[in-house]
Amino acid sequence: MALTGLDIYKQLPKTNCGECGVPTCLAFAMKLAAGGASLDACPHVTEEAKNALSAASAPPMRGVTIGTGDFAVKVGEELVLFRHEKTFFNAPGFALLVDDMMDEGEAVAKVEALKATKWERVGQALKANLVAVKNTSGDAAKFAGLVTKVQAATDMPLILMADSAESMEKALEVAGASKPLIYAATEGNADAFAELAKKHSAPLAVKAGSLDALGELTTKLDAAGVKDLVLDPGTRTLKETFENLVYLRRAALKKKLRPYGYPTITIPAEETDDDMMEAIHAAVYVMKYGGLIIMRDLSPEKAYPLFVLRQNIYTDPQRPMQVEQGFYPINSPDENSPVMVTTNFSLTYFIVSSEVEGSKQPAWLGVVDVEGLSVLTAWAAGKFVPERIAAFVKKSGIEEKVKHREVVIPGYVAQLSGELEDELGDWKVTVGPREASDISTFLKSYQTVNA
Amino acid sequence: MAFQTPTEQYSGKIREVTIGTGDSKVVTGGQNTLNFYNFEGTMPHRPLIAMEVYDTEPVEWAAALKDTLGDVWGDPVAWAKKCQDEFGADMICLQLASTDPNGADKSADEAAETVKAVLGAISIPLIVYGSGNADKDSEVLKKVAEVAQGQNTVIGTAVEDNYKSVAAAAMGFNQIVAGETPIDVNMAKQLNILMTNLGLPAEQILIDPAVGALGYGLEYAYSVIERDRLAALQQNDAMMQMPIIANMGREVWKTKEAKISQEEAPEWGDPTRRGILWETITAVSLLTAGTDILIMRHPESVKLVKKTLTEFGLN
Ligand code: SF4
Repeated sequence: MALTGLDIYKQLPKTNCGECGVPTCLAFAMKLAAGGASLDACPHVTEEAKNALSAASAPPMRGVTIGTGDFAVKVGEELVLFRHEKTFFNAPGFALLVDDMMDEGEAVAKVEALKATKWERVGQALKANLVAVKNTSGDAAKFAGLVTKVQAATDMPLILMADSAESMEKALEVAGASKPLIYAATEGNADAFAELAKKHSAPLAVKAGSLDALGELTTKLDAAGVKDLVLDPGTRTLKETFENLVYLRRAALKKKLRPYGYPTITIPAEETDDDMMEAIHAAVYVMKYGGLIIMRDLSPEKAYPLFVLRQNIYTDPQRPMQVEQGFYPINSPDENSPVMVTTNFSLTYFIVSSEVEGSKQPAWLGVVDVEGLSVLTAWAAGKFVPERIAAFVKKSGIEEKVKHREVVIPGYVAQLSGELEDELGDWKVTVGPREASDISTFLKSYQTVNA
Repeated sequence: MAFQTPTEQYSGKIREVTIGTGDSKVVTGGQNTLNFYNFEGTMPHRPLIAMEVYDTEPVEWAAALKDTLGDVWGDPVAWAKKCQDEFGADMICLQLASTDPNGADKSADEAAETVKAVLGAISIPLIVYGSGNADKDSEVLKKVAEVAQGQNTVIGTAVEDNYKSVAAAAMGFNQIVAGETPIDVNMAKQLNILMTNLGLPAEQILIDPAVGALGYGLEYAYSVIERDRLAALQQNDAMMQMPIIANMGREVWKTKEAKISQEEAPEWGDPTRRGILWETITAVSLLTAGTDILIMRHPESVKLVKKTLTEFGLN
């Protein structure tokens, strides 16, 4: 829960000694409330005040990390119900499911294929995050055997799924050091699973038959000292899981109910036998409000749209996505191909580049860094201006790539053409279409002069 | 400690809009909760799917579309009938692309003939969208409204530059208007105010928020639709309570992700399933945000969206 500056001020010594770097306790409190300072900066704050403040300032939904090192996945710490209220922070982790009744070679091959289930889009890596290994057989040795093989085949963190403490213990002997998610503590095995989670300092998923029972279990586990929990509401239909995810998010954020202040785990793999519907369930949980999503099939044609959806939904609405500045070759351009420029707002880039691609005409698309604004907005803000465009063209190295000296600018900034020509010297500026949808028609009739 | 279910009740309600007439009419809107939140409110009518029919033969469409629609495209009447009889469309959305002055530039009269022919062949309600050229659309939609008199169709889109004439045509011939504004809550509201001020009843207006496809601005559409919906339900804003229509099929199927072949992009997997999922996931996202009517293209995507609605208990 966010504390106000005044809430914090009440807990400070009020001596205005200034050792924290700001002149007064009140100013320090304000800075803390805005997230611009840490309480540690005040050497005089009492232990008691420290505890009170850290309890009250703990996030309403705990952040939970699974795995270690570069491949670790953090989920939770969400602050809002709707992304426009602020943003969604920790994108859900996608896990691929294998189980110990599958042919072992097949299971390992599936896990290895996941390495290629990876793309780059707007400078971000789109990829699967975890592997879930399930003890369907009930046989502890068999389970541990598969966990050993899977662990050798991937760097991704694991989700270990077993009902019996014996199976889980064996698997943790193999994989416990890399902080897998233990799935799942239930009413029947909670004590034993809590011990295992503590022993390996691994996060623990909790599953119950109702939200009531779920809250009781998490309260009990928290009291036993297991803090990193993940919630499975236990339902296995789209309708019920959706309903429970909404309730859980509200309980954590609006009602501030600690027993529900944890990220969630969803299992589309267990909700439908239809591979296409599995993707749709997952899509719904990307939007509302899945923390981890376990799929039995992550073929590229399913994974790619789902990862793009996740990227879309978890983009900060206040900070538009930006494409890296530079010239992008489209449809294998050569030294005679047209040179075009636009801005680095990701949406602008995607729309323009896909229109150029669709035209089947080769071109060099230059993306100018204007801090992620669209063409008109960037122009109005004085960022898409002749000096900046000219400096970009000159430094980009495009002059070595093409023989001609002609650049096409968006129709909306036609008024820049004269000044841009002055800035560029030997370049000629051509005004292109205003709307991206007219790019194809434009390119089909456009020829650079020296070509 | 018993868990107090954190339900929410809203003061507002989405306006019911009836499209079509007689036995074949459909009703959209009427819910007093967010889409799929029927566990805490009522959603008396499930979201509807209008399938797209073009009045010209498509060029360079994805193979996945050609495989299933190729036998009827070029013939809007056969296309519409196939969507109705085989694919289970709730409505037909006739896209009058041929009237585009930068394209074939067919006349309003020619377009009206196509509308009459399609109306004569189907028994489900009709939505007619122009080419998106504001001037030409006001001329074309006027004629369309006239020949579709008595059918209670949707005509669109009315935009800032032509809403007066489009609204007048709708009032004159008793049609419904889809008012389009570029992904913005205030502009959508403003257009609704302007059209109702002209005398167009609020029950004859749909909001078209000019959505983008997955990967192409979906996040903007998603949040604007959510905000539209919260304004309607939480703030009980009468000028935001119109049902929302998303013209999404064409946005999806022009992306390279939906149409590129396996040879060109092997890393993206099976192209047919990829295209269908690109459309289905776009559709389900727009529904989750608050859309009431989807304009869709591929019959398999339509089937999957219907299955999703059934799983949500909306039949
Ligand atoms: S160091 Fe502590 S006591 Fe001193 S001014 Fe800062 S907040 Fe107040």
